[in-house]
Amino acid sequence: MKKGNTIFFANKPKVRSYAAICGSKEREGVAGRYADVALADDMYGESTYEKAECKMLSNAVSLAVEKGGLTDGEVDALLSGDLLTQIISASFAARDFQFPYLGLYSACSTMSEGMLLAAALVDGGYAKNCVAATGSHFASAERQYRYPLELGCTRPPQSQWTVTGAGACVVSSQSGAVRIVNATLGRVRDWGVTDVNNMGAAMAPAAADTVIRHFKDTDAQPEDYDLIITGDLGALGSRIFKDLLWEKGYDPSRHVDCGEMIYKVVEDEFQGGSGAGCSAVMMNSYFFSKMQAGLYKRVLFAATGALLSTVSSGQGESIPCISHAVELEAGYDG
Amino acid sequence: MTAEIVAILLMYIKAFAVGGAICMTAQIIINFTSLTSGKILVYFMLAGVALTALGLYQPLVEFAGAGATVPICGFGYLLANGAIKGAEKGLFYAVSGPLTAASAGVTAAVVFSLIMALLFHSRPKRN
Amino acid sequence: MTGRNAQNCNENYLKYVSALAPPTKHFKNCLSAFAVGGLICSVGQFFRYMLGYAGLSGDELAGAVSVILIFFGCLLTGLGVYDRIGRYAGAGSIVPITGFANSVTSPAIEFRTEGYIYGTAAKMFTVAGAIIVYGVFSGVLVGIVYCLL
Repeated sequence: MKKGNTIFFANKPKVRSYAAICGSKEREGVAGRYADVALADDMYGESTYEKAECKMLSNAVSLAVEKGGLTDGEVDALLSGDLLTQIISASFAARDFQFPYLGLYSACSTMSEGMLLAAALVDGGYAKNCVAATGSHFASAERQYRYPLELGCTRPPQSQWTVTGAGACVVSSQSGAVRIVNATLGRVRDWGVTDVNNMGAAMAPAAADTVIRHFKDTDAQPEDYDLIITGDLGALGSRIFKDLLWEKGYDPSRHVDCGEMIYKVVEDEFQGGSGAGCSAVMMNSYFFSKMQAGLYKRVLFAATGALLSTVSSGQGESIPCISHAVELEAGYDG
Repeated sequence: MTAEIVAILLMYIKAFAVGGAICMTAQIIINFTSLTSGKILVYFMLAGVALTALGLYQPLVEFAGAGATVPICGFGYLLANGAIKGAEKGLFYAVSGPLTAASAGVTAAVVFSLIMALLFHSRPKRN
Repeated sequence: MTGRNAQNCNENYLKYVSALAPPTKHFKNCLSAFAVGGLICSVGQFFRYMLGYAGLSGDELAGAVSVILIFFGCLLTGLGVYDRIGRYAGAGSIVPITGFANSVTSPAIEFRTEGYIYGTAAKMFTVAGAIIVYGVFSGVLVGIVYCLL
């Protein structure tokens, strides 16, 4: 069933298992306590950052599959993507598996796009178990989008820190404590922000657009949710997001942001975490385990992505952004 | 003897003050315009070239020594100075002068960078 | 243009965003830039004196001082120290010649993983290339003008 841009899943696919790997900086925060693997070394024993990112993603996927009690043969598809050009981490990680792979690119919102597509496949009966996964690495992202790591430049105060980490979850038609009820497809929004360091401000309108459309389509109010989770708006972006919700008459008090939460201290120099790994790590560690434990019953997860490249920003284009939302439910009967 | 020491100390203070002031100017520009480091380097180098061509940088170099030659404007000063000196000898030397004057610095940067790249790996950062 | 005009390229939103921008610490930034920049120049002055005593003078002295400073800039970059200094000092470590050395060495080290030819060598001047290009160009311009005068 579909209303507006929201798909309602008739069979309510379940999140069968989940796994997350986080880097050494993330280890000190919330993610470190809940992630399956918290790395002490961001290189993960590899020679390049890209290989380390690929290995994190690959291990997160195999951990999730393992925790779900599945074998390679029982998984119908892997839906995965990352931030690097030609999504090399995801594609290269897929070499390690025997199941089919569908590559996605939705920048930092890849986790929710993966979950919604996996849920659609499972709900439609085309698949039994689908894995949604994504990850990012600070050093590889920095190298691609900004400057060499050793370049002695200052980070502007509105900038965010790309999360080193990967997360994966198995969406299944069978067992699972958390289920996916519906999903709202994102529209690309661009309100003209050109500052590549200010991702939060660029992405907030896309997040607000998707979340508000979700409320309208599902006839829900923000109070009906235990949490409204956004991906990586950061402290500044979250504030803008809250303002945008207020403006439209929605109460933003249940809103939390993965980027704001992931680091132990949001230093005043930067606004929190960003990157595909940010929401992937937080959802697949802290949030899913808390939902499983019954702390949160109804959650809206809207990861946000900035769809820019170095070429587009070099040509002076503004930053188009997207946000996909999935509604999750735990502690249901049956 | 004492006069000499005072002169040396004064020179250090002048180098510190002038060099610091140039860097602070760059920082003020960064603060207000959020220019990237590459652009700042180019603009300051061009400023050095222009000031030297107008004859304004030479007095500063004489006044502050390393305070004026160490910042990237000093690189521009070197280039422009090479050109001006070369111009006395003819058009060919005017054209080849800038790079000749800067050759030591550029060569050092290339050679040392290559050596460092052979010796060191990039390492992950945490803050 | 398609996308931007079709949607709300929202002037009010951009104004609101810039109003929210976190404050830059002008005083602290300027002070550390001044201190570190001044310090590097003083070190340069120190080498000027030392090499002056060793008998160098004129262009040779100036060249030798910048070569030494470039060496230290490259070494500190290789050791992973320069970007720490840069984070604290901002322009104080960008503008001195050591910052130029840093901008050459950092991509050289960083892109080593793509090989020594297309990585290290080809990417070496990604940041610093602009300085050489515009430096040489403006220098030649000055030379020609002085020649014609």
